Amino acid sequence: MSTDTPDASADDAPSRAELAARVDELEDALAEATGDGDGKKMSIIATKGTLDMAYPPLILASTAAAFGYEVTVFHTFWGLDILHEERSKNLKLSSVGNPNMPVPNAVAALPGMDRVTTRMMEKKIADNDTATIEELLETSLDMGVEFQACQMTIDLMDYDEDDFYDGVTTGVGAATALEDMADADIQLLV
Amino acid sequence: MSAEFDITETLDVKGASCPMPVVKAKSAIDELGAGDVLEVVATDPGSMSDIDGWASGTEGIELVDQEEGDDVYKHYVRKTE
Repeated sequence: MSTDTPDASADDAPSRAELAARVDELEDALAEATGDGDGKKMSIIATKGTLDMAYPPLILASTAAAFGYEVTVFHTFWGLDILHEERSKNLKLSSVGNPNMPVPNAVAALPGMDRVTTRMMEKKIADNDTATIEELLETSLDMGVEFQACQMTIDLMDYDEDDFYDGVTTGVGAATALEDMADADIQLLV
Repeated sequence: MSAEFDITETLDVKGASCPMPVVKAKSAIDELGAGDVLEVVATDPGSMSDIDGWASGTEGIELVDQEEGDDVYKHYVRKTE
């Protein structure tokens, strides 16, 4: 009997290897729960395609990438134009409905006025050495930001997959965006 | 903060405005090794707060020093790992 006792207790108690495995398992679960895992994540939904509204998602995406975030930007509706190689170089700014612009709405609505306000803004951007949309997009792509183009709105706007910058992901929808958002530390709708 | 450190490399981002000083600093520091110090020379006044925020919010780097001169802002960031 006395020789059996150590064997019996050894059967009940988990082995050192089992304990080590359990500790690893718990550490993984803790890391996941506290967000201390491999990376922080940011998910942005970009819905606007005017010159002024194209900046915030790109500035935040590139900055978050510099912080080490894994960044996904899901572009839908007019936000698609930011990823559209040709259209992204001709994004427009309108004074209509923007009381902060120095042009009254009645004048801003005249034909050709959007072109004037866009030129004004483009000149300010150039004079101030502010990065262009194209520069910000290329930089963000280089930094590993994932840009997604919503498939439903690609079809709706009659765009082609080849219209977008190299590296842009197509063939994705709301469920993909939602999955990213659920997993992200920061979620933004622009 | 100690002022005693050797500068490994200097990054000139004079003229560039937000978010480029931080974005370019990130690319430059990626090329360095642990213990190296990157000097970032900027003219953007916002870089004082932005580089500080970037260094404290990002793992693997730390802010060693910042100097505010005449329209020039110098930042020293060390790669820690």
